[in-house]
Amino acid sequence: MEQRPSALLRLAAPLRSLVQRFMYLGLIAAAFGLMLVGKIDALLIDRMRAEVTNAVAPIVTALSQPLATISEAIVAVKSLSTIREENIRLAQENANLKQWLLVARKLQAENIALQTLLSSVDDRKPRYITARVVAGTRGAFANSFVINAGSGDNVRKGQAVLNDQGFVGRVSVVAKHSARVLLANDINSRVPIIIENTRTRGILAGSNTNRPKLIHLPPNARVTTSERVVTSGHGGVFPPGLPVGVVASINDGGVEVKLFADYHKMEFVRVADYGLSGFVDTSAVTPSAGGKAEKRR
Amino acid sequence: MSETFWQRLDKAARSITPFGLTLFLVILSVVPMRIPGYAEIAPVLALMAVYHWAIYRPNLMPLWSIFVLGVLQDLLSGVPLGLYIIVFLTVYGVVLSQRRFFAGRSFLLYWLGFGIMAFCAAVESWFLASLWHLSLLNFETVFFQFLLSMGIFPFVAWVFLRWQQALLGPDQDVS
Repeated sequence: MEQRPSALLRLAAPLRSLVQRFMYLGLIAAAFGLMLVGKIDALLIDRMRAEVTNAVAPIVTALSQPLATISEAIVAVKSLSTIREENIRLAQENANLKQWLLVARKLQAENIALQTLLSSVDDRKPRYITARVVAGTRGAFANSFVINAGSGDNVRKGQAVLNDQGFVGRVSVVAKHSARVLLANDINSRVPIIIENTRTRGILAGSNTNRPKLIHLPPNARVTTSERVVTSGHGGVFPPGLPVGVVASINDGGVEVKLFADYHKMEFVRVADYGLSGFVDTSAVTPSAGGKAEKRR
Repeated sequence: MSETFWQRLDKAARSITPFGLTLFLVILSVVPMRIPGYAEIAPVLALMAVYHWAIYRPNLMPLWSIFVLGVLQDLLSGVPLGLYIIVFLTVYGVVLSQRRFFAGRSFLLYWLGFGIMAFCAAVESWFLASLWHLSLLNFETVFFQFLLSMGIFPFVAWVFLRWQQALLGPDQDVS
């Protein structure tokens, strides 16, 4: 058919390019439309995102396995060269920590004794769900992880996500077997924090860079570098006292925080279920939104 | 032309590979690499595929498939939905209209062409994302992402070029 273009085809060619051009503009308009929909009804897009991610998660998990093995092998080879120095450093740290252990035991005993004396109300003990990080996007536009635990594993929207180093982020979207974690440095992330020593309250606001900033500090607040920043528990979204990071720099641009959590190394995280409802109860925003959500299912 | 069923199946299977490869790159780009400093500036791998196939086999990568890939890229990577759809469509459209300039020239020119397109795509995505968040995002990260894309492109392009030589045969749709 390609060898001898008929009269009909010759006529059809410009028509085809016209249709293509319309389709092109139409698709671009559709993309802008989708952006607008995302701005208006974020929950709808979140649900779509969750379902698509859930469907792709097994493939990504399978792909991440060999990559993890390769990177582990590289780390193993690298660490061989520094094994002696590492051993000496660890021995010193161990001796240091043993002293701390004694202090901690003493303080814990004292703390329990004082708490019983005052009959203070205990903070709720969390239940932890450990999950693997199967996918992740970092960068200037979004900072989030996908973990392989979802609503089927009791992961709920808004729960705090931790690792052994400290606060990682919060669960933003949940599907059946996967969930998306909004990292603390994402531009949409706001975490109520308190500076550990001075008890100055503030909000840790992400900016899609490695160093989130402290905002809404009291006007007369005195902040110095290398002060520890922990979650304050205000608003009832996160439990108090989770280690977040240290104050890294203070300048005209604001107070920047270096997070304890090392995002690039993260393989497993813990989702902490403290039984906190959080101050945004999406199921009760408007009854009509809930009704619509039911219909979509 | 009378082709047997198996020949037709074989041809169809071959002709969906550009889309398949691009889909694979979309998924690969969200796999955590665990290399220090890489994740922040991880390149948009699918953009390379969109660029390549728009030059060499646009008939195998129709518009709607670009749209679908953009949707997937947006949903999986967690960026505002629509961002990469628009970026992919613009790159595809521009490359397609300038195909004569890109196709059949030296590899260096083909690489340079990608550089120009990737830079425009970086600026465009940065602009769209800033508009979406109503605040100026950090352009430095986007710029380094572009530089890394430039560095990785020859490897990905080499795979694509070999792939199309081995599986797709000569282009029938030279305009």
